[in-house]
Amino acid sequence: MAATQVIRSEWTKIRSVASTVWTLSLAVVVTIGLGILISALSKNEFDNMSRKDQLSFDPTFISFAGMSLGQLAMIVFGVLVVSNEYSTGMIRTSLAAVPQRGTFLASKIAVATGLCLVVGLVTSFVTFFLGQAMLGSHRAEIGDPGVLRAVIGGGVYMTLIAMFSMGVAAMLRSPMLSLGILMPFFFLISNILGNVSATKKVGRFLPDQAGSKIMQVVTPIDDDSPYGPWGGLGIMALWVAAALIGAYVLLKKRDA
Amino acid sequence: MIELAGLTKRYGEKVAVNNLTFTVRPGIVTGFLGPNGAGKSTTMRMMLGLDRPTSGDVRIDGKHYDQLKDPLSYIGALLDAKAMHGGRSAYNHLLCLAQSNGIPTKRVHEVLDTVGLTAVAKKKAKGFSLGMGQRLGIAGALLGDPRILMFDEPVNGLDPEGIHWIRNLMKSLAAQGRTVFVSSHLMSEMALTADHLVVIGQGRLLADTSMADFIAQNSRSYVRIRTPQRERLLDVLHAAGVTVVETGNGTLEVDGGKSEQIGELAAQHQIVLHELSPQQASLEEAFMQLTAESVEYHAHSDAPSEPQPAWGDAWKGK
Repeated sequence: MAATQVIRSEWTKIRSVASTVWTLSLAVVVTIGLGILISALSKNEFDNMSRKDQLSFDPTFISFAGMSLGQLAMIVFGVLVVSNEYSTGMIRTSLAAVPQRGTFLASKIAVATGLCLVVGLVTSFVTFFLGQAMLGSHRAEIGDPGVLRAVIGGGVYMTLIAMFSMGVAAMLRSPMLSLGILMPFFFLISNILGNVSATKKVGRFLPDQAGSKIMQVVTPIDDDSPYGPWGGLGIMALWVAAALIGAYVLLKKRDA
Repeated sequence: MIELAGLTKRYGEKVAVNNLTFTVRPGIVTGFLGPNGAGKSTTMRMMLGLDRPTSGDVRIDGKHYDQLKDPLSYIGALLDAKAMHGGRSAYNHLLCLAQSNGIPTKRVHEVLDTVGLTAVAKKKAKGFSLGMGQRLGIAGALLGDPRILMFDEPVNGLDPEGIHWIRNLMKSLAAQGRTVFVSSHLMSEMALTADHLVVIGQGRLLADTSMADFIAQNSRSYVRIRTPQRERLLDVLHAAGVTVVETGNGTLEVDGGKSEQIGELAAQHQIVLHELSPQQASLEEAFMQLTAESVEYHAHSDAPSEPQPAWGDAWKGK
């Protein structure tokens, strides 16, 4: 079985369902829209900020503020791409056509990941430039140290979030269960664990907390995290690898 | 050709498929018969490598399913008509299957035409009726022009026209020399399509026989007679050593295929016959007898032991 055949097949699958278009569009619109809004509000508030806040003001990171909500749409995309197979019964037809389950899973994830990366990078660059336009005199330039890394990192971050969701959905199979766990986790629980001082040391190793470090250009004054931007992205990549390995092992073992 | 050797599937304590060994041969329609819950679908899923056998082995043309390169060109299967994404169009559903096995796009149009779905090719599958879904599933099975075809309960829920179409399709596929394996829980359906019969009950093999042999062995054939000269005929037949059974409604039945003999005897003695017809007991009965011990879910046909008082009887008597 040639992997290129399976990749073409998975591309046909992904482009022929409506959920792909609306989840990815929502991720783009929410991330950019909210990024612009928060950038504009931050510019107006800048003069009222404390000296400390002004010193650690990170215009690049501010323009990515929409990602906290936009990532939820990426999670929905990642979950649906995989669990649609199970909820519709298509998985039996798919595995009868491609009995090499490793090839099947790898092709599906490769195609979805490629699409996410393109959408993620476009979103990241657009939200950066529009956000900076809103920030006026407080803006950062793409050529400033660390900025290009942060902007590309934003697209990679969105991609990794979607990949992690694909792995979790492949393990759990049910779209409702997967969304029911992932959405509150990334929207609420991770934020709570990362901001309450008692759990902060654990919370910052969670995939989104660690991964979002790549989008920071100015390190906050009281920051004591034990990893830098690349270290954080590495931690997130480990989470993704763990989810995908779990997905592969279970898919190999289970009856379809 | 599909070969099963000692195929067994256990779910915890429950044995769904128990040591099945049989071969599905090319050029004929093989019926796979068993009551609901007998393990037919589980067996078929194991044939396709979807479920893993607890022990035993299935081989498709001598190979394990996952060793087949482009499996759709070896074996096409319709397991469940709803095993597709409802939001995808019929054309795209078939296209993604075709691409995964390196089948040219032109073949997608051909199979859509074969099953009569060309007009709705761009429509989403969730709007399809059961019959249309079944046709789309069959189109998927035919896609790789495979030598082996497998259909799980293909006529379930279809209208008479759809049933007729599927029967003819299966026969013509077998006539082209292909292996056709079709499951059903209806003996009457199998009697019309299958040349060979594999019967299972509670996961065990109960029969592996040609349809003709099964009919010969399992169906009682007898001759039904009606005559206005009942007593005379009884005497004549008795004298000739023929055993006659009198049925309640005035007809006589003679076991075995002896209508010629009875007709000649009646003619010799100038007895008028109103009916002299060879009859076959239904195959459905034979099948039910065969699987009687292995039916998983028995329905209780006994009437309630006491008639229930009609509503209101209790206070009417006061």
